[in-house]
Amino acid sequence: MSEPVLRLVGISKRFPGVLANDQVDFELAPGEIHALLGENGAGKTTLMNVVYGLYEQDEGQIFINGEEVEIHDPNDALARGIGMVHQHFMLVPVMTVTENMMLGHETTHGPRLGPLSDLDQERVAEEIKALGVQHGLPIDPEAYVQDLSVGEQQRVEIVKALYRGAEVLILDEPTAVLTPQEAEDLFAVMRSLIAEGKSIIFITHKLKEVLAIADRITVLRDGKVVGTAEPAQTSEEELATMMVGREVILQVEKGPAEPGEAVLEVQNLNVQNLREQSVVRGVSFSVRAGEILGIAGVQGNGQAELVEALTGLAPVEGGHVFMNGQETTHLRPRAITEMGVAHVPEDRHRHGLVLTYPLDENLVLQTYYLPPFAKRSFLQPKEVRENAKRLIQEYDIRTPSIGTHASSLSGGNQQKVIVARELSRDIRLLIANQPTRGLDVGSIEFIHTRIIEERDEGVGVLLVSSELDEILSLSDRIAVLYAGEILAVMPAREATKERLGLLMAGVREAPNSIAAD
Amino acid sequence: MATAEATRQSRRRAILGRLAIPLLAIFTALVVASLAMVVSGTDPIKAYLALGEGAFGSQVARVETLIKATPFLLAGLGIALAFRGGLFNIGVEGQLFVGSAVTVFIGFSVELPAVIHIPLALLGGMIGGAVWAAIPGYLKARNGAHEVITTIMFNFIALRIISWTIGVDGPLRAPRTVAPETPAVFESARLPILIPDSRLHAGVIIAVFAAFVVYWLLWRTVAGFELRTVGANPSAARYAGINVEFNIVRTMALSGALAGLGGGIQVLGLAPYNFTTGFNVGLGFDSIAVAVLGSIHPFGVALAALLFGAMDAGARLMQLRTKVPIDIVTIVQGLILAFVAADQIIRRLYRIRAETEEGPVNLSELWGGES
Ligand SMILES: Nc1ncnc2c1ncn2[C@@H]1O[C@H](COP(=O)(O)OP(=O)(O)OP(=O)(O)O)[C@@H](O)[C@H]1O
Ligand SMILES: [Mg+2]
Repeated sequence: MSEPVLRLVGISKRFPGVLANDQVDFELAPGEIHALLGENGAGKTTLMNVVYGLYEQDEGQIFINGEEVEIHDPNDALARGIGMVHQHFMLVPVMTVTENMMLGHETTHGPRLGPLSDLDQERVAEEIKALGVQHGLPIDPEAYVQDLSVGEQQRVEIVKALYRGAEVLILDEPTAVLTPQEAEDLFAVMRSLIAEGKSIIFITHKLKEVLAIADRITVLRDGKVVGTAEPAQTSEEELATMMVGREVILQVEKGPAEPGEAVLEVQNLNVQNLREQSVVRGVSFSVRAGEILGIAGVQGNGQAELVEALTGLAPVEGGHVFMNGQETTHLRPRAITEMGVAHVPEDRHRHGLVLTYPLDENLVLQTYYLPPFAKRSFLQPKEVRENAKRLIQEYDIRTPSIGTHASSLSGGNQQKVIVARELSRDIRLLIANQPTRGLDVGSIEFIHTRIIEERDEGVGVLLVSSELDEILSLSDRIAVLYAGEILAVMPAREATKERLGLLMAGVREAPNSIAAD
Repeated sequence: MATAEATRQSRRRAILGRLAIPLLAIFTALVVASLAMVVSGTDPIKAYLALGEGAFGSQVARVETLIKATPFLLAGLGIALAFRGGLFNIGVEGQLFVGSAVTVFIGFSVELPAVIHIPLALLGGMIGGAVWAAIPGYLKARNGAHEVITTIMFNFIALRIISWTIGVDGPLRAPRTVAPETPAVFESARLPILIPDSRLHAGVIIAVFAAFVVYWLLWRTVAGFELRTVGANPSAARYAGINVEFNIVRTMALSGALAGLGGGIQVLGLAPYNFTTGFNVGLGFDSIAVAVLGSIHPFGVALAALLFGAMDAGARLMQLRTKVPIDIVTIVQGLILAFVAADQIIRRLYRIRAETEEGPVNLSELWGGES
């Protein structure tokens, strides 16, 4: 084989209480897509952060094109042609796409006046557009990042790395936020990059994708390399077992639903976004106790706004919402939570967690004021800690301690914290937006089982997911949201990937084929 | 997995990490200021020794240090509390003023038994400060008016109103005086002296007590949880069902109450037990440095207040001994603030990597913070 573009030898990285990487060896050949697999907290992101200069390794060496290098910060990495798209994006929300691209890499025109030179926004915007067209990553250079959906922000991140001239591209769970179609588009992008001679390290929890696109697969567990495989010689089951160290059921068992009374009734709901555009238009549906209603749809079709309106985080423009028969249209989040509603939010860093809080406080985010966590306005730290101990155990949250800040957890473990908190309350309605985003196969199995258990105990579940497999394997009924409207509601047995795919693309069905609710 | 040892270890590291920057900032500020002294021809070592002696060398010096530290501590606690709630209360200066004015008014207008009079006067000051801070809080919660702007304006408004009340024919003006000042408060409103024949008044104890109360409020009460959550992540706070707007007003009110208490203690604790417009000018601003140097932690603020109190107390002896102007102390204080706020300088200088879990106070973040 030719000289690897990137070679890691014996990399170790320690954090207080954890050995995140333990003597890791890794090679990336030119023109290769090398997948990195592993459980939540296995050390994938840490390893890549070492390569990208965000962390300094405690031991080990990094070679680029055969030459040993020291990478102290991302600028070093970029200068050596290593670009990274993070699991949690690193864009400045109040800046435009163009401005984000130019950060640390300012392009100027006119007289050279150092910091006073005129930024050449137009040229950069043109280049971004051109790169977008070339690789099938359309983005609006003038848009403010804060107005973009998660999926769009990711496109910005990828284009940004390309714009900086990355030869080795590290993609940390890029498909976690994409729909299957978008993921396909991304794969096309990746293939075209490979064809140009670039190399890619691809982190994902989706085994199908790995088998479809990777040239080689390395699996990490507890910070150590447990093996390398070639897609042709392995299977999803084998990979899952390698990752988790036990057999994993990829498709959870579920019996038929026994729906009861409606716990959520939505009538003619209208919601506007911050720019006062109607993004949810005349949506009506209901969720009954003991059933799972899945909302399928390509990200950015009003799911986020729908969920925020239902949970009281965003104002309702028109229509009505009833929970347990009571109108909740204009109630505040606290009142809605107290009616027994749990909410797994889409954006775990924005809404789901206080990153600077230790785990135990994050696990009582909505219940801190209720017994046993508070008695007459006084917090009961002991109870808060006990609760955390219990949930960490029950949900297998990998953390060095209960006092660890949420920001130090791996992405998947952060998600587990949220799911654990929401499901541990006494609830009647669960609104889950992308509940398993970023989770490893073992954890997905566990969370899916828990959601079905909730259903069987009579909880109504509104599941919003852009993951068709998830929608199909959990839902009892499926609604498709497109451009803020529900195009169809159907029993799960009548749903096929193809039918949902067409609806998600906005192709309406002839009226007589819409199954009765 | 979760072990007590790991918890302890990470906590120890966190505490060390939090102390490192402030201590290095102080050290660096002293070194930089000493360069200025060398240039102007004095021996910095001699100057600093005199400063230390003036602050701690005798009982009088130590008492003076404590007295000077007291208002720094209370105002610094107010600022730290607001910071924890995501608010930059620059209006502590005005809140101190209003607190002093209300306290002094209650102190000279009625005569009551001391056990009632002192608490009543201080409570009045706290309410005055709270109201003065709550209004900018309300403007922020209601209309998004940035508290940095409004609290600065409220400083001016407080100053003008109070100048008028103690100006010629003002309602609080002491009769038959040349200078604009209020009458002195009654004996019954004056804070008891702790060590006979010294100036050490009971306000010192109140301030230290307040530091414990703030600590306990922040980390042991429901209100503190809400305050910190709003400060750390307002979106998550809203998600958690916390009323963010109400919390902004409440946090400002608590912050202002601490400042008002600080102002009140100054008039009830120190001769001549009255209030003039020149009173404690700039204290509210210096206390921002105290809060930041103290890593916006109540106990850190207490240490920082002690340091600032010591510098103020020792400055005079330093000037007497070495001809170094008192202003050098202000320079040192300013440098400390600069180094703590721009902690990157210190990190670069001493090669400290930012891998601790909790970042330092980020002043610029509060500007862009979502309301
Ligand atoms: N900044 C940090 N401080 C302390 N511990 C950390 C930090 N970053 C990661 N860790 C710990 O290192 C371990 C590996 O985390 P890492 O983020 O690399 O996992 P990952 O394989 O990317 O997982 P996921 O699939 O969930 O994203 C975890 O135990 C995590 O808690
Ligand atoms: Mg990761």
